[in-house]
Amino acid sequence: MNRFKNICLILLLTGAAVAHAHAHAFVDHAEPPVGGKVKQMPQEVRIWFTEAIEPVFSGIQVFDAAGKQVDKKDTHLDPSNRSLLQISLPPLEPGTYNVVWHVVSVDTHATKGDFTFQVVR
Amino acid sequence: MKHLPLLFWLICAACELSATGWAYGHGFAGARFFPATLSTDDPFVADEFSLPTISSVVTPDDGGTRDTEISSDIALRITPQWDIEFSERFITLNPSHGKAVNGFDNLSIGSKYEFFENDEHEAVVSVGLDVDVGGTGSKQVGADTFSTWTPGLFFGKGLGDLPQGLSLVRPLAITGLVGVAIPSSASTDGSPNPAALQLGFAVEYSLIYLQEQVRDIGLRAPFDRLIPLVEISLSDPLDRGQTGLITGTVNPGIIWSGKYFQVGAEAVIPINSRTGNDVGFIAQLHFYLDDLFPHTIGRPLFGGR
Repeated sequence: MNRFKNICLILLLTGAAVAHAHAHAFVDHAEPPVGGKVKQMPQEVRIWFTEAIEPVFSGIQVFDAAGKQVDKKDTHLDPSNRSLLQISLPPLEPGTYNVVWHVVSVDTHATKGDFTFQVVR
Repeated sequence: MKHLPLLFWLICAACELSATGWAYGHGFAGARFFPATLSTDDPFVADEFSLPTISSVVTPDDGGTRDTEISSDIALRITPQWDIEFSERFITLNPSHGKAVNGFDNLSIGSKYEFFENDEHEAVVSVGLDVDVGGTGSKQVGADTFSTWTPGLFFGKGLGDLPQGLSLVRPLAITGLVGVAIPSSASTDGSPNPAALQLGFAVEYSLIYLQEQVRDIGLRAPFDRLIPLVEISLSDPLDRGQTGLITGTVNPGIIWSGKYFQVGAEAVIPINSRTGNDVGFIAQLHFYLDDLFPHTIGRPLFGGR
């Protein structure tokens, strides 16, 4: 039993020691939503990640159904939230758009992915 | 101990041969996150630590013997594609008639090399070798006096490259292994030690992938981090009069993956009476050392960032 308590103590101390650690960044949620449909023309794509990210090594691209890049190529972090990455959009025609992202979290872990959203009338 | 039937020890030997001891890995292939599976190994080379993994099953000797195990695994990367792995477990055998015994199993040492990864198709393939070091465990719990060498081929494939029309299938992924357990001794006390084909598969449906890559269905923490899965683990003796005496389990369960660790639990359902007659369980707490300690032990010894 003492051994079990010692193991628990080690785990707790380990947890305390890594309190400042970071991890791989996953998508928490996005606007427009992943796989969602929007009626109002989105002004930008905003992706909230689960970790703070390094903007220099991170980016978003938005493509239309024909594969043409339609974003304004101005990927930037929200000034007040280092886990919110966004990119501006021009007025979009109704259709399906593919959002491709890649990020590096502040502890240098890289992740990437993509999702679609639809603009409908 | 002498009163325990021969079948019990044969089952112990089969379990010993079927337990590869490979440390179970987590990893990425493109946009796909694969969790560490509980009952079968996956192809990923990673820095990780499992403590504890707890399992309990009833082995099918006459009357049944409850086999409860607490194990720990650690894997550390030498290079980004190559790791070493150590595994040990404490076993308690509680026969329906007679006295319970316990002790440590043999130490297991392994290594894995990931030689193929395709991000676009979420695919990864690796090779590995596990050595169950004979004579390092307790004879009371049936630890072998001989070593068992198990080379294996591992693979993982996500279905995220399917067309958008099949979007709800895209969160599916499969991992698996094919290996051969080769004992260093043909027999022990007159009982044969057959080589055995080891097969393991895990079919996973990642709600993480669904929410992140396919469709936000509104799941929020902690439910957006769940990965339901079914694992299948089979051991098929190949020689020494044991051919065809296949044993195995089907293990449905669920994994929750957080930032620094995951927890998982599965039912352990025997595929035949040779494996068992009762449903057991396995549960695991598993730490991602690469996320916990990204600048020290959570990075490759050579060739890391």
